[in-house]
Amino acid sequence: MPYPVPALNLSPGCRPASPAAAAPPPPVGPDRSSGRAPGRRGVRGWALAGMCVMLLAAVFLSGGCRPSSEASQRPLCVAGSTSVQPFAEKLAEVYMHQHPQERIDVQGGGSSAGIYAATHGAADLGASSRELLDQEKQLVEIPIAFDGIAVIVHPSNPLTNISLADIRKIFSGAVKDWRGLGLPPHAIDLITREEGSGTREAFEHLVMNKQEITPAALVQDSNGSVREIVAGDPHALGYISAGLVDDRVKTLAIDGVPPTREDIKAHKYKLVRRFLFVAKAPPGGSCKAFVDFVLGPDGQKVLETEGLVGVN
Amino acid sequence: MQREKFIERILLLLALSAIGSLALITVFIFLEGVPLILATGLNKFILSSHWAPTKGHFGILAMIISSVLVTLGAMVIGVPLGLACAIVLAEFSPKRLKLVLKPTLELLAGIPSVVYGFLGVIWLVPLIRVYLGGPGLSLLAASIILGIMILPTVISISIDALTAVPDLYRDGSLALGATQWQTVSRVVLPAASSGIITAVILGMGRAIGETMAVIMVAGNALQIPTSVLDPVRTLTSNIALELGYAAGRHREALFATGIVLFIIIMILNLSATLITRRR
Repeated sequence: MPYPVPALNLSPGCRPASPAAAAPPPPVGPDRSSGRAPGRRGVRGWALAGMCVMLLAAVFLSGGCRPSSEASQRPLCVAGSTSVQPFAEKLAEVYMHQHPQERIDVQGGGSSAGIYAATHGAADLGASSRELLDQEKQLVEIPIAFDGIAVIVHPSNPLTNISLADIRKIFSGAVKDWRGLGLPPHAIDLITREEGSGTREAFEHLVMNKQEITPAALVQDSNGSVREIVAGDPHALGYISAGLVDDRVKTLAIDGVPPTREDIKAHKYKLVRRFLFVAKAPPGGSCKAFVDFVLGPDGQKVLETEGLVGVN
Repeated sequence: MQREKFIERILLLLALSAIGSLALITVFIFLEGVPLILATGLNKFILSSHWAPTKGHFGILAMIISSVLVTLGAMVIGVPLGLACAIVLAEFSPKRLKLVLKPTLELLAGIPSVVYGFLGVIWLVPLIRVYLGGPGLSLLAASIILGIMILPTVISISIDALTAVPDLYRDGSLALGATQWQTVSRVVLPAASSGIITAVILGMGRAIGETMAVIMVAGNALQIPTSVLDPVRTLTSNIALELGYAAGRHREALFATGIVLFIIIMILNLSATLITRRR
């Protein structure tokens, strides 16, 4: 549901940084280094070193997306979902390798922040791992990939299939014990993602049907740590991005459909979300070139190698 | 002379910058967090445990309780160990043992908290899960890890307090025929009590403020725990877990969590200062 407009927390990049941010701290006193006595050199040296460090810090902090001397034009700015971010970074890296004169800056911030940034022109492309809300539909949406959300258990767990309704019962707290699924009785160690995570948002949207996830669930702040816990705990149940499943955990088929590449692509598997780029207007110029690259064979291959399912 | 003055002024400026940053941090977190507390209502913010910030529920009671419980647990484990260690080092240990023990303990303080957390996840959490039940990530795991982490604080301040007790007291007690243990327990410890209380309070401050290790081993569930094996989320974990994605009200709510934490730690530190002053 819509919540108050997110305050965008982009680093100085993306918008022209104010000149004040780059200004070095004012000199503390007149430089009289020429006339200093040899004995004072130590203390003075340290003070100078300290100032140098501050100056350097100021220079680095003011960096961000602003055009550097090598780049001829303003870099393209992609901001938004942290689920999309690693893939967008990879795409940008490959693209910049092919087109050395281009610069693309990728930032996180979350889907809502990315959509907000695109709406207000703070970013050229917003990245979103959730669908646009009704009031956001005026944006141009460019689906770049599909990502399945896999429900995972420990490899020793005999369960292979689970119904969507059962997942909802477990995550809403109605079923707390494996006995409820016909397994030997033991409490389910339920793991979810933190509030605000795109994966959690998509999971709630696809599974929970407006019910809240039980507060008794363990909360981890990344796909990796959810996977880590499930890999170590025979009684755990969690969900992660299907691209990040490895052989230390077992994925469950949902209503008989396992999260395979084909079934995700055909939307037979139920927990599928789209990764979107969004923009205020149909992209043009260098932005269009990048989008074309992402949707073209090279970009889609990058996404497939990274574990997603391409749209084309 | 002029140069002398110049350097003095620079040093003063640097010293003031430390206080300046404290002031800036205070102003900043209050500016960011207070609007949300006002909008939600202080009562609802502190006395509700319904935390679903993207759906407009901002109650941090469960986290306040969890923070307090984790800290108490750390005290139960860390204080007896630390105090015993301090007494041995200050009163009983031969010089050579002291030469080994003290640097070792100082080394304990230098281990980054993420390493404690990592050890906890790899080693302690499975032990708890297998032998005691529950998911392993729990109040108990967090308390044990924090109990170890506060040892250096508790020990070094307690040692200072114990060695500050004049030898006259010990000599007098021994001369009256008391054994060494009687001397320590009935004379030296009471004389050093305000310093030891300070050590405990500063240890509490350390425990309640620790974040990384707690996120890794506490499980971060949003409920009020009913057993030591239940997963819990502390105030600090809440901020660190969710800040990455938070926007708008949610972000303000995390700053408001910071305000509560800030006030708790301020109270702890002030009481430690007051107790030390009274000595």
